[in-house]
Amino acid sequence: MTLPPDPKSISTVNYLNEEKTVASWFFTHDHKRIALLYLASITFFFLLGGVAAMLMRIELIHPRGELFTSTTYNKLFTLHGVIMVWFFLIPSIPNVLGNFLIPMMIGARDMAFPRLNLISWYVFMLGGLFAVFAILVGGVDTGWTFYTPYSSTYSNSWVIAMAVGIFINGFSSIFTGLNFIVTVHKLRAPGMTWFRLPLFVWTLYSTSLIFVLATPVLAITLTLVALERGFGIGIFDPRIGGDPLLFQHLFWFYSHPAVYIMVLPAMGVISELIAAFARNRVFGYNFVVYASLGIAFLGFLVWGHHMFVSGQSVYAGMIFSLLSFFVAIPSAIKVFNWTATLYKGSITFDTPLLYALGFIALFTIGGMTGLMLASLAVDVHVTATYFVVAHFHYIMVGGAVMAYLGGIHYWFPKITGRMYPETLARWAAIILFIGFNLTFFPMFILGYMGMPRRYHVYPEEFQMLNFISTIGTPVLGIGYLLPLIYLGWASFFGRLAGPNPWNATGLEWQTPSPPPKENFAEIPVVTTEPYAYHLLPEAAGIHQETHDR
Amino acid sequence: MTFPLLPYEDSSYAARVDGIFVSLLVLCTVITLGVFAVIIAFCIRYRRGSPADRSHRPSESTQIAVEFAWIILPLLIFIGLFIWAGNVYFEMFSPPADGVAIYVIGKQWMWKIEHATGQREINQLHIPIDRNIVLTMTSQDVIHDFDVPAFRIKHDVLPGRYNTMWFKATKTGTYHLFCGQYCGDFHSLMVGDVIAMSPTDYAAWLQGHGEGTSDTLAADGSRAFHALGCSGCHEGSQVVHAPSLNGLYDEPVPLQSGQVVRADDTFLRDMILQPAKNVPAGYQPIMPSYQGLVTEEQIVSLIAYIKSQKSAASADNPTHP
Ligand code: HEC
Ligand SMILES: [Cu+2]
Ligand SMILES: [Cu+2]
Repeated sequence: MTLPPDPKSISTVNYLNEEKTVASWFFTHDHKRIALLYLASITFFFLLGGVAAMLMRIELIHPRGELFTSTTYNKLFTLHGVIMVWFFLIPSIPNVLGNFLIPMMIGARDMAFPRLNLISWYVFMLGGLFAVFAILVGGVDTGWTFYTPYSSTYSNSWVIAMAVGIFINGFSSIFTGLNFIVTVHKLRAPGMTWFRLPLFVWTLYSTSLIFVLATPVLAITLTLVALERGFGIGIFDPRIGGDPLLFQHLFWFYSHPAVYIMVLPAMGVISELIAAFARNRVFGYNFVVYASLGIAFLGFLVWGHHMFVSGQSVYAGMIFSLLSFFVAIPSAIKVFNWTATLYKGSITFDTPLLYALGFIALFTIGGMTGLMLASLAVDVHVTATYFVVAHFHYIMVGGAVMAYLGGIHYWFPKITGRMYPETLARWAAIILFIGFNLTFFPMFILGYMGMPRRYHVYPEEFQMLNFISTIGTPVLGIGYLLPLIYLGWASFFGRLAGPNPWNATGLEWQTPSPPPKENFAEIPVVTTEPYAYHLLPEAAGIHQETHDR
Repeated sequence: MTFPLLPYEDSSYAARVDGIFVSLLVLCTVITLGVFAVIIAFCIRYRRGSPADRSHRPSESTQIAVEFAWIILPLLIFIGLFIWAGNVYFEMFSPPADGVAIYVIGKQWMWKIEHATGQREINQLHIPIDRNIVLTMTSQDVIHDFDVPAFRIKHDVLPGRYNTMWFKATKTGTYHLFCGQYCGDFHSLMVGDVIAMSPTDYAAWLQGHGEGTSDTLAADGSRAFHALGCSGCHEGSQVVHAPSLNGLYDEPVPLQSGQVVRADDTFLRDMILQPAKNVPAGYQPIMPSYQGLVTEEQIVSLIAYIKSQKSAASADNPTHP
């Protein structure tokens, strides 16, 4: 089944060189090219959000906030949050790796709705245009959470423009979700039964359910904010008869599941990476599948844990706390199963695995601190402090972004047909890990000591820890810039990879790299479980050196 | 229980929160390090080319048993944690009846504090130690949050309603008061101090800030009650059939709708701003709304006045229902 490495594969016709005009990119229906359009766009947004974060960290070296005015600082953290959540994290793995890989992994030639796929990118860009417009004309100062009545009545910034941007962005998510769901249902290759699907496909399937079910609520919520802001219709502001807590219920009903939109695909990537580099079947495959679906379902029932001190009823708080403990179980199952997958494997420490191990470490810390936040009395003390900031960055940056980069490295040879420089890449992964912890670990301590988030000016006793955190930022920045540079270089000058440099299972590796436009010359027929590493020749003791280092 | 990295703990509640936190910290650290240790051990033992034995991988039934073990064990631990932390939370939201009642009004970007005895402060809250303090809080504009990390307490302060929070300081000192909910431009300057004092110092402070004069919150309220025309209807009017407010505070009020509500701060506030919301049984809904005509401070003083009529009423009529 495995093709031999073919050094000439790059020169044959593939999805990258088949057509060369600019129009052939902007009007492409090929899921692989659309994935690259997304890749370029979200990289831009990541840099934008990253610069804002960098400026904030520089400002926070000084407790009196000398560099910017409070208004500018507030706009910076809003920009950072909005851009990173909606224009980077949510589309990252689904729209880049998911787009590229779902059809390839299930043995299809494209998505179920190729044109909708392209439209979804245009819609995304239109939303981005509104967001960038809102930033350029003056910015928004509500925080990414848009709490009312501040956002709907009091803020003097470009709230509606930004809300429109996010509203439009939501449709891109919905289109993507629909496309994924239908593709997985309808286009699986012969023999690709549900329980032979790679775990990455399962997590994206679960994510798509959330896309489709939760995103409309966000659209409704933002519309209501705009109605109150634009026309004075009393929905959230009590002065005109509204209820400010209603907003929080609606917002978190979307935004908690959105956390899983960011994390589930990351978990899927990690399952692929661990299996490939431990050369082992994923331990408890079925449990991991049900854990993904369980997370998607339970994720809808815990929104109130963001509101333990908001004035919602004490009994509601109790129930949301209990359910939040429950939603931690499926995540724990996954961590245990990844660990067990290493057992009796044959592990190589290539860059993707380093990212995967980094993910597990940071995600576990993020998850454990999540348990602390689910514990009601503790949450009262640390909610809305830097403890929460640290917690969700461990999940969403330590977790989701690590997995995204791990995935990018792992599938880079498939996407470009070339290898990245392994040694440099390993160093970058290690630098990233160190920089991340340096930047975000001090925030846990700051938070428990009581430093509130979104504080431009803060008491002097918090300066030391803020300073350490800021020191971590350039290290983290280098950790991100290095891959950007060497991956860019390797796309053109890297060593040819051949179809399956990792000698991995999975249909995506059974076609040339880069793949031809139609992915497979012939639609493959699937006869085995997804991670059949024990059936590969090497399992019988023949160690195949598939790539040198 | 103290821990070098914990902030100073200075309320009855703080030690209990820290107790939970430290236990969680120990538990989570043990589990996390345990997982890391296993991962590292596997990575070393099963690195490619190592001589480790890879035969006899766990059978299907072992796998399932292991899966159930690591589902059920955490579940039991989680339920225990939930009950422990939930219990303390529950207590935080059950204010004692004997507390010192203090009103807090948040606005962009300051805290206004009103003591029942008439003292008013801005961005400062003076309290006696070892007494239960009950805060009744509202906001004039956006959502704020009354956050005193040293006491491990925090609660949002919403416009349009009262939220209560209580605590008991155990050590004298000056502690940070933060606004914990983002509220606009000068959110990070909406800070102040909570000054916890010994009972004698506190008594002296009260004295030095106008105790003993007739300027209590209730006295203010009494003036507003007349100035706003409430007394015209509510104090023995021949023309209008309106209920007497003497002894009303905290009593059950049967409503036209058949419901019975307690005449607490929120009820009184709603009565003044949205009288149509709760119409007492046996009366015509003719009371006008004072929305836009009274400030939050006036509402607070009116409530204090109605409250004071409670003690007056029970003094002359101890059998009042
Ligand atoms: C025009 C006459 C009128 C004025 C002025 C008036 N009220 Fe009332 N009030 C009523 C009537 C009649 C009711 C009962 C029916 C209703 O709800 O309208 C009532 C009910 C109440 C109640 C509920 C009493 C109960 O037993 O449940 C409170 C409290 C109250 N008023 C406080 C005030 C305050 C404080 C003011 C001044 C800011 C005020 N009222 C001004 C006529 C009035
Ligand atoms: Cu959440
Ligand atoms: Cu505030």
